[in-house]
Amino acid sequence: MAELIVYGIVLGSIISLGAIGLSLVYGILRFANFAHGDFLTAGAYVALFMVTGVLSWIGIPDNTFGSLSFGWRMVIAFPISMVVVGCVAIALDRILYRKLRQKGSGAVMLAMSSLGAAFIIRMIILIIWGADSLFYRPGLMRPALEVPLGIKIRPDQILILFVVLFLVVLLHLFLKKTKMGKAMRATADNMELALISGINTERIIIWTWGIGGALAAAGGILYGIDVQLHPYMGWNFLIPLFAATILGTIGNIYGALIGGLTIGIAQQVSTAFLLPTYKLAVAFIIMILILLIRPKGIFGKE
Amino acid sequence: MEIGGIIAYLVSLAIMAGIYAVFCLGLNIQWGYTGLFNIGIAGFFCIGAYATALITTPKPTGMYAHYVQQIFGLNLPFIFGLLGAAIICGVIAFLIGIPTLKLGEDYLAIATLGIAETFRLIFNNEHWLANGPRGLMGLPQPLQGLVDPRHYNYIYLIVVVIIMVLIYLSIERAIRSPWGRVLRAVREDEVSAGMSGKDIFRFKMQSLVFGAMVMGIGGALYAHYTKAISPDVFTPLYGTFIIWVMLMAGGSGNNKGAILGAYVVWGIWIGAKFMTDFLPYTLKARAPYIRFLLVMILLEIILIYRPQGLLGEEKKVSKLIE
Amino acid sequence: MIILKAEDITVGYTEVDILHDVGIRVKSGEIVSIIGPNGAGKSTLLKTIFGILKPRNGSVTLKDEDITGLNPDKIARKGISYVPQVENVFPSMTIQENLEMGAFIRDDDYSQRIDEVYDLFTVLRERKKQKVGHLSGGQRQMVAMGRALMLDPQVLLLDEPSAGLAPVLVSDIFEKIMEINATGVAMIIVEQNAREALKMAHHGYVLAMGRNVLDDKGEALLANEEVGRLYLGG
Repeated sequence: MAELIVYGIVLGSIISLGAIGLSLVYGILRFANFAHGDFLTAGAYVALFMVTGVLSWIGIPDNTFGSLSFGWRMVIAFPISMVVVGCVAIALDRILYRKLRQKGSGAVMLAMSSLGAAFIIRMIILIIWGADSLFYRPGLMRPALEVPLGIKIRPDQILILFVVLFLVVLLHLFLKKTKMGKAMRATADNMELALISGINTERIIIWTWGIGGALAAAGGILYGIDVQLHPYMGWNFLIPLFAATILGTIGNIYGALIGGLTIGIAQQVSTAFLLPTYKLAVAFIIMILILLIRPKGIFGKE
Repeated sequence: MEIGGIIAYLVSLAIMAGIYAVFCLGLNIQWGYTGLFNIGIAGFFCIGAYATALITTPKPTGMYAHYVQQIFGLNLPFIFGLLGAAIICGVIAFLIGIPTLKLGEDYLAIATLGIAETFRLIFNNEHWLANGPRGLMGLPQPLQGLVDPRHYNYIYLIVVVIIMVLIYLSIERAIRSPWGRVLRAVREDEVSAGMSGKDIFRFKMQSLVFGAMVMGIGGALYAHYTKAISPDVFTPLYGTFIIWVMLMAGGSGNNKGAILGAYVVWGIWIGAKFMTDFLPYTLKARAPYIRFLLVMILLEIILIYRPQGLLGEEKKVSKLIE
Repeated sequence: MIILKAEDITVGYTEVDILHDVGIRVKSGEIVSIIGPNGAGKSTLLKTIFGILKPRNGSVTLKDEDITGLNPDKIARKGISYVPQVENVFPSMTIQENLEMGAFIRDDDYSQRIDEVYDLFTVLRERKKQKVGHLSGGQRQMVAMGRALMLDPQVLLLDEPSAGLAPVLVSDIFEKIMEINATGVAMIIVEQNAREALKMAHHGYVLAMGRNVLDDKGEALLANEEVGRLYLGG
């Protein structure tokens, strides 16, 4: 059981990265971005393209660090993929969502458009890479370490936790200490007043998409390292992402972090009683329970 | 292809488009007239199809029971399958509506999406329920003995069109009644309808359930057409989004538009299939993805440049409110 | 000297005009109160001056500069600040952060200005790390005014500063408004609490049905019998 909880924390930290971005976008633009799951997929595949394509072509050595499953190529690919997906998110906003906003289309039209965008991203991935599962390093043995309480954990998974922690701290500092970060929180709080205060909200929206997309990309790569890459991986994250976001109160990034961890742990622990394929349903049931008991989430005011 | 083959092909195309038109009509009740954002149509599609399969097939016996498991098999006629599918979908919609209809539109969307995914998982994993991933086969077809099996599709096309028209007429009737006027008022501006939150909830619930029942009938029609169903059919793409594209293209809030959209988009979909046949061999395996990519781009273009669709909304009813 | 002038303003949200040829003048250092029944278009006038609504006709002039139709952020840079009636703070942010957001467009060091604002609203200084959402209504109103003062405006637009406050707090807020005015800031105040608003005002305007009805010195309007009967509740 302790082991399942630890695996749940690993999965939950990945969900958190996605949920934070989803919550940021939801908080500022007030619509459900159904393409967010596919940002995770895009991130994982862009990194794959870098690792197996561009970086090997340039001649970056294909080493691994100690008992980790990756080396320099991934270190380089990781931030590049975050930037690329951040730009994809911004581009979608400029091409699609901003046009709809300017026309005064409602939140549902925006959500619908994001669903279309989700499929466009996924279809492009399917056209390029096909429908099979892929690995960053096929065929690599990945031995687990034995840590106290009889928990087996792979070095990759420990690193995943540190990477997530690092990114969350970085985001926290950005939001609390920088002018742009504060303006972002102000815009999420009260967009009209932000405008009155002279904050350029369109620029804030661009930053929000960029950060949301980049964090999702990071989540996708980490999942790819931990498990595998699959064109539907992000779609399968969508329900857990929304469950985490709603549980942690929409717009609250610390709530999204806690929500993500909770959902991740619940999903992994459920595998002790249920088939692992039901993980998605577990996230869904939790979400329905939250909607029934406390629809505004743990940090929401009644 | 000879003439007979082409006609047979067109008939099969017309049947599928007609089945999709039924889904579009169901979605139009929910979205077009009430503004309910259901993105789990595939869930009702799936439940409707499985419901009729269990109702109209016999429970396997003897050797056969080793290969096909199903929770029950009632061996009842087609019409009971349709009714059962509608009723079960209505009940499921009611249960989803309870936690979500009082909240914003997005919540209903996420919940319906979750239901669709969850039911697909359940039918895939629970072999005792409906034979797991292999699904159920041998569904009976109405009026089967009337003609040569090779020409049966003509009969089924008539069945589909009759049911589609009946649903169309009943929705038109409902929408033009005081009930329909209230629905639109609910959609346009909930406050101006001058009702309590409880009333609004009740009307939304009725619309959600009504729409889901129509979708259940659509699922049943599909199941009896293909005679075999398995969980992998009811994917978000085939089961939900293509229907949204159809309704958006035809014109939400317009029942004629819903039917027109189904036929036009299904025509484009099939046409795109012929086009992808010319792709180089290496890309052929991925042709369906290219088609879906094109359909999704079509959706985005409609949303931005022609959100009212081909026909736009019929204004007759809303005039009565103003 | 006239610092702010709006002339012949006609404006509306959709097709329907809310204001018809409305004009108003503010001299430097003056408090101008706008009174009138609900729906007279008082708030609409403030929003139009601040560029949130674009007038169909008419002009807004700050000193000698035409600022008609500029966006709010531009107008803020020119020296006008605006405090909306509701939702005029960032509730999940601290008092300090709210003030910082007020200075968003300033690139210089504004720490001295923050100090001055805290000197004016001393109760805020003690709680600068508290989230504004947790404050009382009166304190929130102070934060809202403090935020607007961060740009050191020449003209401050206040939309119903006393709305929703307990009577005790109302006089507090009006006192603060007088203090702000004493530092040389001209103001336009829209108020339901018309009697109090006219007492503070150097000049008052009465608006009804989106049109100018009357304007005069504050005391003169207070003394006017018809104004008293129609707009000051007897």
